This record gives sequence, structure tokens and C-alpha cells, in this order.
Amino acid sequence: MSTDDHESDTRRDADGTFGEYGGQYVPEALMPALQELEDAYERYVLDNEDGFMDEFRERMRDFGGRPTPLQRADRLSERYGREIYLKREDLLHGGAHKLNNALGQVLLAKYMGKERIIAETGAGQHGTATAMAAAHLEMPCEIYMGRTDINRQRPNVYRMRMNGAEVNPVTAGSGTLKEAINETMRDWATTVERTHYVIGSVVGPHPFPKLVREFQSVIGAEARKQVREQAGRLPDSVVACAGGGSNTMGSFHEFVPDESVALYAVEAGGSSLEIDTESGVAPNSATLSTGTDGVLHGAMTKLLQSREGQIVESHSVSAGLDYAGVGPELSHLVDTGRVTPANVDDDDALNGFHRLSELEGIIPALESSHALGYLEEYHDDLGDLVVVTVSGRGDKDLETVLEETEKRDLEAAPDVEVFDR
Amino acid sequence: MTPEPTAPAFDSDVEAAIRENHPALITYITAGDPSLEDTKAYVEALDRGGSDLIELGLPFSEPIAEGPTIQGAINRALEAGTTPAGFFDLIDDLETDAPLLVMTYYNMILQFGNSEAPCASNSNSEAPRASNSDAASLRNEPTVGPFVERAAEAGLSGIIVPDLPAEEADPLRTACDEHGIDLVFIVAPTTEGERLDRIMSQVSGFAYVQARLGTTGARANVSTATHESLSRLSDYDVPKAVGFGVSEGDHAAEIIEAGADGVIVGSALVDIIADHGAGGAPAADALESKVRELKRGAVRGGDATTDEEQPEPEHP
Ligand SMILES: Cc1ncc(COP(=O)(O)O)c(C=O)c1O
Repeated sequence: MSTDDHESDTRRDADGTFGEYGGQYVPEALMPALQELEDAYERYVLDNEDGFMDEFRERMRDFGGRPTPLQRADRLSERYGREIYLKREDLLHGGAHKLNNALGQVLLAKYMGKERIIAETGAGQHGTATAMAAAHLEMPCEIYMGRTDINRQRPNVYRMRMNGAEVNPVTAGSGTLKEAINETMRDWATTVERTHYVIGSVVGPHPFPKLVREFQSVIGAEARKQVREQAGRLPDSVVACAGGGSNTMGSFHEFVPDESVALYAVEAGGSSLEIDTESGVAPNSATLSTGTDGVLHGAMTKLLQSREGQIVESHSVSAGLDYAGVGPELSHLVDTGRVTPANVDDDDALNGFHRLSELEGIIPALESSHALGYLEEYHDDLGDLVVVTVSGRGDKDLETVLEETEKRDLEAAPDVEVFDR
Repeated sequence: MTPEPTAPAFDSDVEAAIRENHPALITYITAGDPSLEDTKAYVEALDRGGSDLIELGLPFSEPIAEGPTIQGAINRALEAGTTPAGFFDLIDDLETDAPLLVMTYYNMILQFGNSEAPCASNSNSEAPRASNSDAASLRNEPTVGPFVERAAEAGLSGIIVPDLPAEEADPLRTACDEHGIDLVFIVAPTTEGERLDRIMSQVSGFAYVQARLGTTGARANVSTATHESLSRLSDYDVPKAVGFGVSEGDHAAEIIEAGADGVIVGSALVDIIADHGAGGAPAADALESKVRELKRGAVRGGDATTDEEQPEPEHP
């Protein structure tokens, strides 16, 4: 499929597919709600009915802090001998790009007359963004979070509680993101008439992948304008990390028709690209480069799965990338060759984290550190002008980073001996 | 753009089983809980007890339509190593009066061609570790054909897929027609209007009427949504069976009295299996007597309807 086709099928087509991916593989009880959401997406988001988009943009400015800067990274530019610009989503309220989507969907739920918000969260970033948006817009909010994730992301659990959200532990399976999504879908199937499910990435059944991408596409729209103003031209490449793919699609969407701009989606290579089919574990979440086609959480997309079709447990040092699926549109853009899939392992992501902290005074999220790890390794392939999305800030990751850094001999890590005295 | 209703091009064993045994009892258990061997004994017990149709769950790791009871059963089955191949071997082995249906999630159907593929099987004979991308390059495109073909060969009469709405079902509907297998759809309390027409035009065997919003699981009463759904469906000619929450003979009676052609019971039976842990004869006996109670309830409800129906009720 050419980029022209992509552009024409991209905002309004009703069937909800991206090439062979996407669709609506959900229990029948949810189908009317998806139809209702699709209507609301068209009316409020695409047609700005009742001034929805105006209100959304105003709130993203006053509450969220948009636009975020595009910053020239001086030391990285020097280090790599080319122009490196950072899109600073870490400066958005809440510390990650997640608010773009969360505020958009909570506001949409309000316009739709829904009375209750539910959401899943893995690392807690989407949960905290949703809890903030719900508090801001006075909506009752419940977040489903795996038991394992609750234990390893305590600060985010408190942040959600502070903002007035209920946090429901999910004990099924390994107690991580996949199970949290399952449980949120079950809640939604029970309460669908009054409740809106704020899904956290460009995943799930149609129209979620489009809706979330539309709210996130502000990242690329701003960056495209900013880079032309600041550098005088379009970049040679855009690099973003991909878990479900919302900051990726948000960064890429406006650039997709610009054929001269190469797009790199960097996933978590974890500790290894091997998959242990016996135990059903993949110690990575490199779905785009190594996954196979199947149906998970309402969409046909690329997945980490066994030959029989059981979904395997993924792993990454970064909780926000730790997911066995990926957005259907991204799968499609990879198959058509428009987006290049890549992956960076835990060690290189940690090095990327330390390097940006030390060289630029920006502590990036571990998720975003994967994009920075890719830059270190492959900058020669990226052209003279590169935009890297820093999807979030790394304060939430400090404990993990200290623990993981101690286990390793990382070239970019500072001396942490001070903690031992 | 409501599609024209199309009668299936084959004689439906499933529909016949409901019409001939009216009011029908449909039972569900998860295959492989706690082992496929136990499942064989349990299915035979369900059959002896008077099930008119038996649904067997083929376990999938992400059962989003299931409540805690059936989630538990699926976990136990997966931990016991239940695979699609083992599942079909069990079906090959079973001889029951009641026609059998498989209930599973769409990804299990799509990937079946891969699990059967002769190349690079991931089972014991090969090295247990393979790179993800090796696996990818050896895989076939996901497709429904091989599963339906194997289901037909094993003698299954129908398929139920809780995460496959009518909008996405054309490939499976076509494959089922080719092999003379029924494809049952779920009608939810939220299903209305054009979408209801569409489902009812694609369904065969029976319409699975979801008694209430939410997930599977035994409940203490019959929901009002059940009565509303049955009245919305009364004009359609397909048999209607009500499931989600039915756990007692009295529920069965009430549901049949409300106009259903059958009741579907799952979680209440899975609970019995879970309570008996390791399985064996006591579990099978308990299942058989529970099935008798449920079937008696259904029949009681059926008698009540025929009494009432003698003089056609007049409407003002
Ligand atoms: C900072 C940050 N970046 C990236 C991600 C990955 O999500 P997505 O791929 O949808 O952008 C997360 C998820 O929690 C995140 O918190």
C-alpha cells in the first residue's frame, strides 16, 4: 500500500482496518459501545461538534502545558556529528505523553454523557494520566493494575490514589499489563452503558487505535512545524520507542506522507530475542520485529505467541514497553515498509538513560531510553537531521535504574558508590 | 443494509438436538480441567445425566469473556498442558448421544494451521528455544480453514467464539458452511435493531442469549434482561438458549417459561469440578446428578409454558 492510500484511509474509513490488521474482535456486548464511540469520534473529534476539539486544545494548553518544546540537543549533536533534536514529551503534565490521550478520552466520555471512567495500567503512567484527567474533569475513575506491577510501581499507585482514583489489583496470570487489560475489558462488558474505557495506547478494537492516534498526533504535528522553523527543513528521520505504539504513532502520523522522512519504531529487545516456547516466556517485547499475526485484545496485529496461539509473557526492564502486542496501524506500516522496526536491549537502554542524563541534564523514561539507545548505535544510518521523541521523564524509574545498574557493568553509568557509604 | 437471512445449507445436528429434546439443556466444561482424561469421564457423565448438547472449552490464555470460575478452569487446563491437538484427540475418542460444540477464542482458531504445521514443531523433540523471528519465518498466515476441517473430522457439530462478533465472522461462517458445522453467535442485552438482524441472519444451530451484561459465572437469580432479550428475539425462527449465570433447576424452569428453547449451564458445573480437585468418579457422579436437576427444571418450565399456551393469550 502506498503512502497515498494510507493518507486517504487514515481518519475516516469506517471498517477500522489497516491493511490486514485491526478490526473489532470483542464480545458482542461491547459492539454497540464501539459503534457509539465511533460516532462520537467522528462528530466530536473529526468534526469538532460543540467545539470539542477547541476545548481539548485549550485544556491541553492550560492544564497539560502544550506545546512541548523541540529542543536541539547540543552535546548529542556534537557526539554524533549531526543535528539531533529532542521532542520533549517528558515536559507534559504528568511526565509523559500519556496525558494527550487520557485527557482527550475522558473529555470525550463527558461529551458522550458517560458517568464513569475505567482504565488499565502497566507501569502506572497511563493510570496516573487518566486519574489526573478524571480529577480535572470531575469524573469517577477506577484503574485496573496487575498485582506484580502494583508492587513494583508503588509511587504511581499513590499518585493515582491522591488524584482520587480507585486502584483495583488484578491477580490473574502474571499480574501485569496483559491481565490488567483483560480485567478492564471484563468490567467494561458489565458496565458498558454508563462507563467509558480509556484504553492506554493505539491498541484494542476499532475505533480505539484511530482515536488514540488522533489525540497523540499532536506530538508529530508540533514537531514537524518546530523542526521546519528551527532547522529550516524536514528531518531525515524520526525515532520513537514503541510499546503499544501511542507515542510512536503520535510522533509519526504527520510525517507518514513525507516520504523523505525515515521512521524508526524502537521496541524493547529485553535480555534476549530468544523465545522460550516451553515456558511460554519471551524475555523481550520486540513484537514488530519478531511477532506473528494474530488476534489479541480486540485487534488483528503482530503478537508474541506460541505456535498454538497462546499469548506469551513479554519482558523488558521498562514496564511501559512490556506488552505482547502492538498497535495494528504500526504493524501495517511495518509490513508496507513505511516504518522500520528496531529493538534495543535492556543494557543499551540503560546506557541511553545514563547518557542523556549526564550529557544533556534530562533524565528520560526507561521507555524513551530505548530510542536514545538506538541513536547511539545506529546514528550513522539516520541522516543529518534527526528528531527523537523523549516520551517521558525518568523520575518514576530511578529505583529500577539503580537496581539494574548495580547488576551490570554499564559504560555510561555514573559511579553510584556514594550510596554505599 | 441488513443482509438477507440465509438458512444454513446443511441439516443442523445442533438445531435438531434442541427441537427434538425441547426444552433443551446445554452444558459447558473446560477441556483439560484438571486433565483431558478427566474431561472424557466428565463429558460422559454430562451425557448420561441428560445434556442435550455439550460445549467443550478449548483453553486460551486471555479469556476476556470469562468470570473467575471459568478463568480458573482455563488456567488449570493450560497448566495441565492442554493443546489443540490433545483437545481434538479427545473429541475423536468421545462417543456421546449429545452433539458436541467447541467454545474457544478466535486466535486459537486462526493459529491452528500453525500448531499442526509439520515444520519446526515447538514440542519436546526440538530445542525448546528458538528465536522469535525463526518462529515468524516458519509460520503460515493465520486462517480459519484448518481448524474447521479438523473440527468436522473429529465430529464436532458447532463452534462458539465469544470474541468474534458477526461483523468479523464471514471467513468462519463460510468455512463452517463448507464443512456442515454450526456457528453459534451470542446475543447480548445490548444487541438491538440492525445488528440483531445481522446476527440472526448469520447464526445457525441456536442463538446464545446472554442473560446479563458481564462475564460468565453462576448467579443466584435470573436477570430481568433475560426476559427482555427473549421478547426481542421472539420473532426469529432460530432456537434460543439462555446462558451466563444459570446455576439451578429453578432458574432453568423460569428461563424456559419465559420463552427460551434451552438453557446453558457452565460455571455451576465447573465449580463442581473445581471442588473435587483431582477428579475421579465422585466428580463425575456429582456432575451427573446436577445435570439431572437442571434438566428436570427445564422440563418443568416447559410444562408450565404448554399449559399456559392452550388458549392464545389475548392482547388489548
Ligand atoms: C514514557 C513512556 N513512553 C512510552 C510508553 C509506551 O507506550 P506507547 O508505546 O503507547 O507510547 C509508556 C507506557 O507506559 C511510557 O510511560
